[in-house]
Amino acid sequence: MKQSRWWTIAGVAIVVYSFFPLLWMISLSLKPPSDIVSGEPQFLPTSWSFENFTQVFSQPLFTRALINSIGISLIATLLSVIVAMFAAYAIARLDFPGKKVLLSLALGIAMFPQAALVGPLFNMWRNIGIYDTWIGLIIPYLTFALPLSIWTMSAFFRQIPWEMEQAAQVDGATSWQAFRKVIVPLAAPGVFTTAILTFFFCWNDFLFAISLTSTNNARTVPAALAFFQGASMFESAVPYVMAASVVVTIPVVILVLAFQRRIVAGLTAGAVKG
Amino acid sequence: MTVTATRPDTPAPAAGKGSDRARGERRLGLYLAAPSFIVMVLVTAYPLGYAIVLSLFNYRLTDPAGRSFVGLNNYLVILTDPVWWNDFATTFAITVVTVAVELVLGFGFAFVMLRIVRGRGPVRTAILIPYGIITVVSAFIWRYAFAIDSGFVNQWLGLGDFNWFGDRWSAIFVICLSEIWKTTPFISLLLLAGLVQVPEEMQEAAKVDGATAWQRLWKITLPSMKAAIMVALLFRTLDAWRIFDNPFVMTGGANNTETISFLAYRQNVSLVNLGMGSAVSVLLFLTVVAIAWIFVKGFKTDLSQVRGD
Repeated sequence: MKQSRWWTIAGVAIVVYSFFPLLWMISLSLKPPSDIVSGEPQFLPTSWSFENFTQVFSQPLFTRALINSIGISLIATLLSVIVAMFAAYAIARLDFPGKKVLLSLALGIAMFPQAALVGPLFNMWRNIGIYDTWIGLIIPYLTFALPLSIWTMSAFFRQIPWEMEQAAQVDGATSWQAFRKVIVPLAAPGVFTTAILTFFFCWNDFLFAISLTSTNNARTVPAALAFFQGASMFESAVPYVMAASVVVTIPVVILVLAFQRRIVAGLTAGAVKG
Repeated sequence: MTVTATRPDTPAPAAGKGSDRARGERRLGLYLAAPSFIVMVLVTAYPLGYAIVLSLFNYRLTDPAGRSFVGLNNYLVILTDPVWWNDFATTFAITVVTVAVELVLGFGFAFVMLRIVRGRGPVRTAILIPYGIITVVSAFIWRYAFAIDSGFVNQWLGLGDFNWFGDRWSAIFVICLSEIWKTTPFISLLLLAGLVQVPEEMQEAAKVDGATAWQRLWKITLPSMKAAIMVALLFRTLDAWRIFDNPFVMTGGANNTETISFLAYRQNVSLVNLGMGSAVSVLLFLTVVAIAWIFVKGFKTDLSQVRGD
């Protein structure tokens, strides 16, 4: 009994560990900019206001970046999941030459130092005219998300009882019905979980976003944050950066709250079998 | 169309190795794997090869006419320049500190998540928040917490107007804090997955034989999850070695806090010195290969589980 209480206290410590920096972010986002230049900054705002949020949403620097972030991340996630789904199915179910090569390649890409590519990609993208475009970011995101997508999904696919498909057909279902009514519902959770993890990956990227964009055209939020400025030269940009940060953290928090179990399963499925 | 294509094993009567069915399965496997394979090779191997070629030239985007072949001279210049070794040392320090702290802290978290009875769900949910948060956002949060004009840290610790980002090691300390906060949850979940697989009966048997909790940790728990630990270590080490976002946001590389990835970015993108920058890229790639090699050959890290075969 006593021991279980200690574990609970340790659990509370973990919750504090996770949320304390978040509270600090929210507190800063609600501070009036004048709180930042004051001599003795406090943890909490002197007065609370949502002014910073309206400010941030009135700037194209942020609104465009938000649209870019959402669009690029969703498209890259969708493409990555589709391409990886084929590979994961093949890995989980089929016997074919080159399976080892594919898995080793994925491992190599997962370890690859992405910063080593910004130079050549920067140059190549300028030459073929996709520098500072959505597609210019979608391509590297798709590529570097693939190992994660392939591993996670093939781990999920291995657990699917595929015989059920044939069982359904024996019971008189057509092959399309068997696929739609039996296999799709079984595979969907794994595919969906993979999509969440892939989305986090694309949503998080900064290196490619700062290297392969130069304007609002394709700049995503992480890259845009570096360009925020205060309302005047004498005003701090801190509350605006934090207000924007709160906005882009909201989807993360929602996904985590809604799909905690799946995310944990997905994260560990790809890395450790069992 | 795709439906029939994704159903290779329609009940076939006693299909042998060289049968049509096996051949069809092989062909389908190749077709399905091809898109992933092509994308990964095209977007990484090709640019890397391009970087190797560029690294042999003196080539600035601002002076395309002055492009000339210089052989390995760029490498010589970099490896004799203190900037490279400085960045190497910074990257090395950040990697060693963050990985060591994260391993210990991650183990603590994993044990808590394993043993906790009440509130298991909320704890696992909470720990995913740092994992999911954007690295740049984490960097800004910690930077503002330690900054003189906005931060509470100096007030709480009574440090007055100590400038954390004015000195190399205090700046690296804050960079490590942000990195550790964000990535410990991931390593702790990997370790938790390893911990769950440690057979409970062995623990009980050792307990009966009078082994202390400490002995059980070192003699049973850690040895039986060695594979999981090594894999987690390898991935975290490589991840830390590639660190870019945190130093970029916190210091912009000032006060010798630039890392190798940052140097590659600065040479290639900021200075558009593509010849020299490509040489840095290739060197960065080689350091990563070396680290992976040390783990696989030196520490006998078994990657077949990760690879999935």
